[in-house]
Amino acid sequence: MMATKGAVKPIRIVMGKVGLDGHDRGVKVVARALRDAGYEVIYTGLRQTPEMIVDAALQEDAQVIGLSLHSGAHMTLFPAVVEELKRRKATDIVVFGGGIIPEDDIEALKKQGVEELFTPGTPLQDIVAWLKKRFPEGGST
Amino acid sequence: MKIRAKDPKQVWKEEFESSQTRRKDGLETSTISGVPVKPLYTSDDLPSRAEELPGQYPYTRGIHPTGYRGRLWTMRQFSGFATAEETNRRYKYLLGNGQTGLSVAFDMPTLMGQDSDAPTSRGEIGHCGVAIDSLADMETLFDGIPLGEITTSMTINSPAAILLCMYLAVAEKQGVPFVKLGGTLQNDILKEFIAQKEFIFPPEPSMRLVVDSIEYCAKAVPKWNTISISGYHIREAGSTAAQELAFTLADGMAYVDACIERGMRIDDFASRLSFFFDAHIDFFEEIAKFRAARRIWARWMREKYGAQDERSWKLRFHTQTAGVSLTAQQPELNIARTALEAMSAVLGGTQSLHTNAMDEVFALPTDRAARLALRTQQLIAFETGVGSTIDPLGGSYFVEALTDEMERQAEAYFKRIEDLGGVIPAIEASFFQKEIADAAFRYQSELEQKRRLIVGVNEFTVDEEEPIEILRIDPKLEREQVERVRAVRAKRDQARCSNSLSKLRTAASGRDNLMPYILDAVRAYATEGEIMNALIEVFGVYTERAVI
Repeated sequence: MMATKGAVKPIRIVMGKVGLDGHDRGVKVVARALRDAGYEVIYTGLRQTPEMIVDAALQEDAQVIGLSLHSGAHMTLFPAVVEELKRRKATDIVVFGGGIIPEDDIEALKKQGVEELFTPGTPLQDIVAWLKKRFPEGGST
Repeated sequence: MKIRAKDPKQVWKEEFESSQTRRKDGLETSTISGVPVKPLYTSDDLPSRAEELPGQYPYTRGIHPTGYRGRLWTMRQFSGFATAEETNRRYKYLLGNGQTGLSVAFDMPTLMGQDSDAPTSRGEIGHCGVAIDSLADMETLFDGIPLGEITTSMTINSPAAILLCMYLAVAEKQGVPFVKLGGTLQNDILKEFIAQKEFIFPPEPSMRLVVDSIEYCAKAVPKWNTISISGYHIREAGSTAAQELAFTLADGMAYVDACIERGMRIDDFASRLSFFFDAHIDFFEEIAKFRAARRIWARWMREKYGAQDERSWKLRFHTQTAGVSLTAQQPELNIARTALEAMSAVLGGTQSLHTNAMDEVFALPTDRAARLALRTQQLIAFETGVGSTIDPLGGSYFVEALTDEMERQAEAYFKRIEDLGGVIPAIEASFFQKEIADAAFRYQSELEQKRRLIVGVNEFTVDEEEPIEILRIDPKLEREQVERVRAVRAKRDQARCSNSLSKLRTAASGRDNLMPYILDAVRAYATEGEIMNALIEVFGVYTERAVI
């Protein structure tokens, strides 16, 4: 657990594969690393629609959504998750993503509300470091 | 007393161990898969067995007596993107540049058996392959390409029978008899459950479709490789080399068992089973893996299954260099990685080869990157001379010892799979999934701790990356493809189409071979999604238990 004092909630992260591809090595490795770093990780499994991911995040009271996609559909599906969060008035949930994503798309996705993107070869500690920086209290957003 | 000369091997050992100039980083003591590697192998490591020769059982040194002196491997670049029309243009470009076979990459909706206008196809159309919705798209894909003169590989699994039928229907239209058609259908559903996860139906009806296509082709399309039993995806999902080898061959035996259960004779189908492996970056381990694969398969086919025909004993395989080894950092390095990996496949005796393009870590390759990847193979074939001698590493103390080690590890896995009740029960128990996830995490942890290095990633990094050119899929192609499939539905003979689908549904509830029914539906321009949905009504869908 991240929480060191009773008042701070542990950070919960819903991780899932949006889109149709089943390449789950990356998401599983990241999920394990985040769990080992003290986060509560809920892995939704494959072929989640944006609606399903947001449902899971709300049900689990998650502060973070981690998306993985390797099929090239990130420009459609990552922003769709952000839109769904807006629609459900849950924009306090932070979205990050990873996969086969070209540099130009990273900038475009950040403008559309995906806070951070990690490409192949990213050290796991960079992802943990980003989360620690994003949630320095270990809990509240 | 006479002083006996010291054993030279003992002398070397003492000198090695007392040397002060040895590396201290520890990187050199095991393969990428964690197999311990000694600093030196000698004749003490050679197994005591009869000399092995190419073209002779158990084929460790190759299935052909002529090796690459008889025929070079087929240079088969996996390719497909956007629409059938665009991909058709790329195929003609690759064939014009000396490629010797086609290999179709389908987009995600096609791989998952759904049409381009399905809601969940949004954003996916044409991105990681070509979009094929109906026979009309398949006709465009092979327009002007004579199917009787080339061989085609199709990477498709859950809907494999449908895409094969579309290919057959195109051949009919070109007037090419089925018996003249050569190619390979991936059609390997077990590795989907294990690794790549593009399953749709539950394991049992999935296996029925695989056996149906094997049984149908054994009679009607005899030169077609009905299945490409694939370790590639298992490895890419993070397995070790030995796991890739063991799980793939175990899948192969599961298909053999299923065909025998259907009542087929081993020698009627075994020679049309083919394999597909990864060529990863650990050079000698990969060569050992390929050599061990041939030996194990030959032994199991002859000794366990009692195959009489020598062709049934011979493991033939395609290789693709490891996509997972490519890096987004300093992507030009991927050209060098791919060249080394391709070299291991050639030294391992592959029958065909795909070399990845350097930009595939970002998107599908550009024309230029795709050509460079093909040129890499041509360079290996025509400049390096490695194909001049058959199995040139045969007899190497190290390679022979590592080949035996691969075999030993694979046999240990076969035992564990058998103890779990076979491949399908082991899938349902998440055995493979867990083994692979553990191996992937172990490797990633080694990278994190810098116990393994990846050039440009965790060592020798640069601050500013120079951008490289990326292939972009025009979003308007998505709308066009959606319109195209709707136009096909509007134009066809509706009664004929729905009639063929209802016959298929009825047949699926019974025990008939489904191939003729699927072929009829395809000819009637039923779409891929419609055919899949008819089958889903009968077979249902499979959901995986998510394990991390």
